Amino acid sequence: MTLAFSQSARQRFDEIVARYPNRQAALLPVLHLAQQEFDHISPEVMQFVAEQLGVPPVKVQHVATFYTMYNKKPVGRFHVQVCTNIACHLTGGPEIFAHLKKKLGVANKGTTADDLFTLEEVECLAACGYSPAIQITDKKDRETPIFFRENLDSLPKVDALIDELRAKAKGGA
Amino acid sequence: MATIVVDGRPYEADPARNLLDVCLSHKLDLPYFCWHPAMGSVGACRQCAVKQFKDENDTRGRLVMACMTPAADGARFSIADPEAKAFRASVIEWLMLNHPHDCPVCDEGSECHLQDMTVMTGHNERRFRFPKRSYVNQDLGPFVNHEMNRCIQCYRCVRFYRDYAGGADLDVFGVHDGLYFGRAGDGTLESEYAGNLVEVCPTGVFTDKTLKRHYARKWDLQTAPSICVHCSLGCNVIPGERAGELRRIRNRYNREINGHFLCDRGRYGYEFVNDERRVRRALAPHGPDRSADPLDPNEAIARVAPLLAGRVVGIGSPRASLEANFALQTLVGPDRFFQGISTRDKRLVDTALALLREGPSRAPTLHEVERADAVLVLGEDAPNTAPRLALALRQTAGVVPRQAVAGIPRWHDNAVRELIQDAKTPIYLATPVATRIDDLARRGQHAPPEEIARLGFAVAHALNADAPPVGGLAPEVAALAEEIAGVLRAAERPVVVTGTSCGSEAVLRAAAQVAWACGAGLCCVLPECNSMGLALLGGGSLDDAARALSDGDTLIVLENDLYERTTAADALLARAGHVVVVDHLAHATGARAHTLLPAGTFAESDGTLVNNEGRAQRFFQVFAPSGHSIRESWRWLRDVMNAAGRAEAAGWHALDDVIAALAAARPDLAGVRDAAPSAAWRFAGNKVARLPHRATGRTALHADRSVHEPRAVPDPDAPFNFSMEGAGVELPLPAALVPRFWSPGWNSEQALHRFQEEVEGPLRGGTPGVRLVAPGAGPIPWWRDPPGPFRRREGEWRVVPLHHVFGSDPLSMLSPGVAQRAPAPYVALAPADALGAAVVVTGEGFAATLPVRVLPELTPGTAGLPVGLVGPLPAVVEVKPA
Repeated sequence: MTLAFSQSARQRFDEIVARYPNRQAALLPVLHLAQQEFDHISPEVMQFVAEQLGVPPVKVQHVATFYTMYNKKPVGRFHVQVCTNIACHLTGGPEIFAHLKKKLGVANKGTTADDLFTLEEVECLAACGYSPAIQITDKKDRETPIFFRENLDSLPKVDALIDELRAKAKGGA
Repeated sequence: MATIVVDGRPYEADPARNLLDVCLSHKLDLPYFCWHPAMGSVGACRQCAVKQFKDENDTRGRLVMACMTPAADGARFSIADPEAKAFRASVIEWLMLNHPHDCPVCDEGSECHLQDMTVMTGHNERRFRFPKRSYVNQDLGPFVNHEMNRCIQCYRCVRFYRDYAGGADLDVFGVHDGLYFGRAGDGTLESEYAGNLVEVCPTGVFTDKTLKRHYARKWDLQTAPSICVHCSLGCNVIPGERAGELRRIRNRYNREINGHFLCDRGRYGYEFVNDERRVRRALAPHGPDRSADPLDPNEAIARVAPLLAGRVVGIGSPRASLEANFALQTLVGPDRFFQGISTRDKRLVDTALALLREGPSRAPTLHEVERADAVLVLGEDAPNTAPRLALALRQTAGVVPRQAVAGIPRWHDNAVRELIQDAKTPIYLATPVATRIDDLARRGQHAPPEEIARLGFAVAHALNADAPPVGGLAPEVAALAEEIAGVLRAAERPVVVTGTSCGSEAVLRAAAQVAWACGAGLCCVLPECNSMGLALLGGGSLDDAARALSDGDTLIVLENDLYERTTAADALLARAGHVVVVDHLAHATGARAHTLLPAGTFAESDGTLVNNEGRAQRFFQVFAPSGHSIRESWRWLRDVMNAAGRAEAAGWHALDDVIAALAAARPDLAGVRDAAPSAAWRFAGNKVARLPHRATGRTALHADRSVHEPRAVPDPDAPFNFSMEGAGVELPLPAALVPRFWSPGWNSEQALHRFQEEVEGPLRGGTPGVRLVAPGAGPIPWWRDPPGPFRRREGEWRVVPLHHVFGSDPLSMLSPGVAQRAPAPYVALAPADALGAAVVVTGEGFAATLPVRVLPELTPGTAGLPVGLVGPLPAVVEVKPA
């Protein structure tokens, strides 16, 4: 499979590259662009990005594997990231994570059969003040990511959130 | 000089250095991992923590990393402080969390820096009770073994491979406790310096795969100081032997030449010593099937000695020692001694020597090349012909931008690299084809040798009007020449790099002319390990030998396969009445011998090699070969002379006698005597022990023959014993006699600082070796006759020799891993000349059908042929469709 950017992504790529003194410096934003464009950063996408930027493929792999926000495997429409780091640990993060595992029927980094949810346990989301924190990205609506809607201090609230997302998907939004 | 206080005692310190460097220079024990003397500090491992105090009244102090702290005047530190000690112990405990407990079966055990540092820190009890992290390893090719579970994330491997050596296929992946150092997938590490990972890695993640096949612990290896025989640079090496088999090569630090690193041809080319094609017994092949019964050495000598009554012609070798060549020259007389290289090769080497001797430019050491502030490379494909030089040039690229860095100490490696980004020292490259250091060049040219020479002559003229101008230059070449001249003129330490590999005397002359015109150093790469020594010794070419040989004469060939050198080998050998071959390998020439005498390789003999800068360096015998047949080439020739009743060699009892005879016959080469201490050197009455004092199995190794410990083989040639008895390396040995780097508590090669006055300084007692070649003091011998432009002739292709780090050196090609990395024979053509996937190439006795490799940068009308892979190269060929 030969990859290619869509026309709009190509235009965005050119804009990104033009911002930096050398092409290697554009690696992080170009990887984000590639993730939007190709769903996730597969080895083929790393190779493609390396060719586009003229850097060794291992350099791209080096960066892409360092940052956890680049998905190296396919994720569902809603990527649910639950923090279990110290602040969230104290306020119920692990309970939420265990609950979601059961509710969605997946293990850590697993995706539901309907391809709607991927659940992941993550380290600090830099939102300790709202703990316990969950971060959810919607692939179909990247411009308005669902961040920390409110203090998810009880499991029913978490359930409601998931149901809401299911309804959103069902409604065709 | 500054004074710092460590644990209450004052020490002298260079304030430009960091504290770790200063502590090690003063032989203080301070554990570390990520710092490396050649690569500076990054502060990654937190292992070298010490307490720093504001002043003498400060009793609390604060923890700092020694490698990231300048040794500023008046600074006060403590290594022994309890808090610092506890911190270091906890760091090593973290590092050891996931480290396997496999020391007894680990290849690195006995020379593991991690092991040493763990012991030094005092961490000896494991508290972590959880499963250890584990990884899948990669197949990294024939040279380097990968065992990621042992990794302690010091980042030295990627810092060396990627940042220092410019490799693009090894990196670090992942994050926090899942870091992985490797390639994108299984596959051979591409860099020709990959083998250094074995020494750079502080533990057993990267180990020597060839050693693994015939493993022995460092403490069981018999070692002696030696010199690499796989190119002309003369890198210092430590070969290790056990039970009659050479097991591996390690780097032997020489500040002026190889520093801390070797190339993979040098590190892995050793396996010819163990090869089954070795000649181990004297033979007298006869009959149509060339069958032969082994001869007793005395029989062999008795067979050859009477031949000395008749006319004898001798053919020497640029891969044999100065002493072996001199013995042959003595046997046959200077008039009948020939160098064993083609007329073309001899002219090239002689030209290089003349330029270094007659002109005012000195040959720089690699250490000086690494410090140059402007470089012009003319014609030489250094990554393939002299890989360690190319690695030095990669460091040169950082010199000028690093000079400009203000406010950050030089050793602060990451910060300095971030600051200089892609800025580089001005380096200009002109080579026939693209090289693996083209990325270092500010600008350059790929052109046929004549055009490279013309560019050089034009640069020389632009620098100095006394050098003649070059007519008819293209405007862009004239502009490039002006630009290069401007850069060289402005430089304080310019260096011109050239060599014999593109086969052009004009290129050599042009390079010398540039060096003379701007006072630059002239670094000239030669074909083989003793090309310079042989040129100094003198003697004609193989064509001269053919002329001197009358039908029926005896021909003695020393460590040389004439079929590699000339297409006329058959004719030459057929005319000799009796062919005596003294060599360690069975090859085509040996197959034509009437008497074959088994010589010792570099690991089984002593001698002197002269490197490309004219430095005579001694290599010492590593082990005594089993049986009594193999002996040094010079000993065979001595024995033959003595048996024939000749007086010259009567007093040659040991190597020093041969050297004394050489010095007497050739006062200009008398410096060879001082290349290393003589066999009479003693420390408190003792020779140096070749075996470490912990060597095991003295009797067990021989138990199949005898349960008594065998008497050590006496060594009249060197101040070393073939045993554990004698002076050990913990004593202050002269630099040329250090057989390995080891110090109590420092079992890995990191013990090196114990052998230096200061980190990165020369070995105690100075750099080994003696320069035999000095620049001329007379007027500059300008070359007045630059060549005309390259003109393509119809139906004719000018051959451009193309070298391969793996492939062009026949000795290393006997190592399976090197052979595996070598390309298949091919011909390189410009796109316009590529007549098909394969072509027929003919000319000057050369004929082959070869697959075509299209090189866009090659000039039409030239054809690149790989050196060492298709036999002796013609100068001009015809190319036709196959």
